[in-house]
Amino acid sequence: MKSFFIATVLAAGCTAFASADQPVLTVYTYDSFVTEWGPGPAVEGAFEDACECDLKFVAAGDGAALLARIQIEGERTRADVVLGLDTNLTARAAATQMFAPHGVSADWDLPIGWDDPLFLPYDWGYFAFVYDTRRLASPPDSFGALAQSNTSIVIQDPRSSTPGLGLLLWVRHVHGDEAASVWKELSDNIVTVTAGWSEAYGMFLDEHVDMVLSYTTSPAYHLIAEGDETKKAAAFVEGHYMQVEVAAKLKTTDQPELADRFLEFIASDEFQAVIPTTNWMYPARIPAVGLPAGFDNLVQPSTSRLYSSREAAEIRDVALAEWLEALSK
Amino acid sequence: MLRLEEVRISRQEFRIDANFELCPGSRTALIGPSGGGKSSLLAAVAGFLRVQSGRVSIEGRPMEGVSPGERPLSIVFQDNNLFPHMTAWQNVGLGINSSLRLASDDRIRVDRALKKVGLGAHAGKRPGQLSGGQQSRVALARILVQRRPWILLDEPFAALGPALRTEMLELVGACCNETDAGLVMVTHDPRDAISICEQTVVVANGHAGYPVKTTELFANPPSDLSTYLGPNWKYGG
Amino acid sequence: MIRLASAASFALVLVLSLGTMCAVALRADFVAGIEASDWAALKFTITQALFSSVFSCVLAVPVARAIARRRFPGRSFLITILGAPFILPTIVAITGLLSIYGPAGLLGRVASFAGFAAPQVYGLPGVVLAHVFLNLPLATRLVLQGWLAIPSERLQTAASLGFRPFDLFVHVEWPMLRQVLPGAHVVIFLVCLSSFAVALIMGGGPRATTVELAIYQSFMFEFDLGRAARLALLQFILGIIAAVVAWRLVLPADFGAGLDRPPERWDSQGLGHKLLDWLVIAAVSTFLLLPMAMVIVDGLDAIGQLPTSVFEAALRSVLVSLASVLLMLLLALPIAIAVSRTSLASAALAEGVGLLMISASPMVLGLGLYLLVFPYLDPVMLALAVTALVNAATSLPFALRALIPALREIEANFGPLADSLNVTGVARFRMLVFPRARRSMGFAMGLTAALSMGDLGVIVLFGSTDSPTLPLMLYRLMGAYRIEQAGSAALLLLLLSLFLFWLFDRGGRVNAAT
Repeated sequence: MKSFFIATVLAAGCTAFASADQPVLTVYTYDSFVTEWGPGPAVEGAFEDACECDLKFVAAGDGAALLARIQIEGERTRADVVLGLDTNLTARAAATQMFAPHGVSADWDLPIGWDDPLFLPYDWGYFAFVYDTRRLASPPDSFGALAQSNTSIVIQDPRSSTPGLGLLLWVRHVHGDEAASVWKELSDNIVTVTAGWSEAYGMFLDEHVDMVLSYTTSPAYHLIAEGDETKKAAAFVEGHYMQVEVAAKLKTTDQPELADRFLEFIASDEFQAVIPTTNWMYPARIPAVGLPAGFDNLVQPSTSRLYSSREAAEIRDVALAEWLEALSK
Repeated sequence: MLRLEEVRISRQEFRIDANFELCPGSRTALIGPSGGGKSSLLAAVAGFLRVQSGRVSIEGRPMEGVSPGERPLSIVFQDNNLFPHMTAWQNVGLGINSSLRLASDDRIRVDRALKKVGLGAHAGKRPGQLSGGQQSRVALARILVQRRPWILLDEPFAALGPALRTEMLELVGACCNETDAGLVMVTHDPRDAISICEQTVVVANGHAGYPVKTTELFANPPSDLSTYLGPNWKYGG
Repeated sequence: MIRLASAASFALVLVLSLGTMCAVALRADFVAGIEASDWAALKFTITQALFSSVFSCVLAVPVARAIARRRFPGRSFLITILGAPFILPTIVAITGLLSIYGPAGLLGRVASFAGFAAPQVYGLPGVVLAHVFLNLPLATRLVLQGWLAIPSERLQTAASLGFRPFDLFVHVEWPMLRQVLPGAHVVIFLVCLSSFAVALIMGGGPRATTVELAIYQSFMFEFDLGRAARLALLQFILGIIAAVVAWRLVLPADFGAGLDRPPERWDSQGLGHKLLDWLVIAAVSTFLLLPMAMVIVDGLDAIGQLPTSVFEAALRSVLVSLASVLLMLLLALPIAIAVSRTSLASAALAEGVGLLMISASPMVLGLGLYLLVFPYLDPVMLALAVTALVNAATSLPFALRALIPALREIEANFGPLADSLNVTGVARFRMLVFPRARRSMGFAMGLTAALSMGDLGVIVLFGSTDSPTLPLMLYRLMGAYRIEQAGSAALLLLLLSLFLFWLFDRGGRVNAAT
């Protein structure tokens, strides 16, 4: 079971068999993408068959920390492509001037229109708290109800993790300027704040907490891969915040053509068909085979919430300061 | 010639002046009350203590700025004369080359010196495995191989019993004879001076006297010496 | 030669401590002032350090008393164990503690079996627990030294006067404690101020963030150099206060020397006192040994199935550790030799410089190095070299504490003899200093090797994803929730650290000339 999110932290193994004269395309991504059961192996196999190159995934922490990693390494970064940012980060990422246009156009099946020249969407989903029906019969159905309840939750740090950041903006989107007081009320429900999603989800599966911040699509994994119907996403009446995950090419890449090919590959059926049952998210383009069964009876948010990337960037600092202050009490 | 010209040594609490010269091959005792500056004087000659003024010269060569190891003398201290982690043989060998790089005839000299002090069978032992007398013999064997014109002894046998001490002093005399070296020996016991030093310098009250013939000195001790010797002192007694 | 080398060593230490600090100070962003979350971090840092030192010291008193007045099988083993946390990689200690007090730990399982909620270990309780685990032994040793330093005549006098245990405590033991405890308290407080790995893993979100952790987060999560530098400046000021206070306080120069002789005691032979002491000894042994036992038990299962990448990381760590040892010798020996030949004043200077390194925090150092070196060199490429260097430098105070007295004694006893025989320069080192200082050098090398092996400091900032050290690998395995592999990696790290310490320390002792 745990193999679901078991991260092959080292990417070294992936390249062990690559021959030396093949060009190497280095893709920085988040930990769970390159797990044995994540999209990594399938994507790598499929792309390497076509490109006659060595695709090397490097797990560099969770989504938001990815951006910092690129900034720390600066122009010397060995990354050719970054995969795993989301729209809440793209404005900040664009401001670093480190990314180049992707040049890919496709008929996206996204709930929003897409015209970002730098960042290419590869999947999307809704954040949600996931619970175990055996341990929690009636989950809270709003932030207010959650705060009032004794339900224990684990969340991710908004500075390092895209779900964490998504939650920050979700609360803000729902409660506006009341967000700070909502966080104050929530703070006694939060057992701990992890740096990444894997650790948080692991704590939930080991039954250390009642609910974990994840996605409405997470139960599909348990259902499809394990035949386990006990994991459900708690539907919130105020709606759910959306995430669109993106990839982008670095300006400094020494493999620009290979990077472009990889970005095109992301928009292809081959890549998109892998996403639902490995990354457990909605594909950015529904492939010819359609969505797998099990995706049809997932929670459908009453309201879909999302800030534009510019708004998200503007709100983030204030929201983060509120969050830090509320939770450091 | 070992010459101290208007030498003044100052340490925190005391000061000592000295102005005398010793002929090559002569044997001189420095005697006086403890804390009187005998050892400081010796340390100044050996180069461990800087003189405040005046100068020390040996065979006409000023010793200012000459490091202890470069001075034409060998010295035996009260204790810690041997490196405990080295064998007797190595401790002697250091007298020839400070990195113990010894040619074959050097090795023979080391063997011979150890044999001469009666330790031929103990060459491979470390100081910890030797008795106090044997340790002193190793130090003397090293003096033999060093072959320096002057030998300085700083109460080296104070810890030994009377019989052993006499034996050691005889050995010192033999060493001086073999290397034609002069001897300067700090002691607090008049009998040591009388047994091997033909002349004696009294060090007391911040002042080192001129060398005087030992027998005459102890027959008619001057006032500062007789205070040190005490009322019961009787020469030859 | 020595003069030049020691000047170079001093210079390097100054660059590493004050140089990085200057780089940080120049970059610090005070436009926003000191933010509320900065104050929260500062407050938490001081709070947890205070709790940690008070608990460690208060608990150390009954433990030290029990060890001081009882003889029992395993007593010397227990005393040895009291030295072990010093060379135990922090992350391994944390792994062990989590396996008992963590949500899935022994205690949690027992609690949930009995129908209680599992204890919450993340946050302040966890941080303090880990710090007490790591520092109780140090406190106990310091107090034990005080106990064993009570002259036996005083105990005899007390016995002849018919003192009861309470009288003895009031008249003999309490005055001793009043001298010993403040020092122990301050030392542990300071150590906990700049503790990083514990806060990184045991801290629970913004509520339990130390300044060190906040620097890490600003840098690694947000790449907010201005805020990271501002926090680093705060941490540095804390460290400087630490250095000034700790100037005269004791660091261990050896483990357990002379602590092995229980003095004859005439008091406290009553059954109640005996029972109490046995209880205390049993409790502290369990507290210290159980987590280590858990690391071994948990790790054994999967150690055979560890991926090669873990062994590669282990090899990398061993090499870094050996490089640290070499660098430490290159830094420490010239300073120690130069200082051992000169006045006490310069010795104080040397120790002051050493203390600069002790008070330097890994994050300040790392951030400063990043700011200094980044324009010219790729920090990721240099991560391993920097780790080796930083560990050599942070081991320096301990190495100097061990080496300077040893060299001083050598100079005092054999310096004149060596001088008179013209044994100088390299020959002096080879023939006098090395053979006689071997024990101290072995200890210093062992300590450096173990500290470097287990270091989770600067490496977390720059450690590249494809060539991590073993502690970094272990941290990532924990982050990815690969519990079994993390357990085995922890065991591997524990064994390697202890082995490296043993190897050098033993190497210094075996056949050592006396």
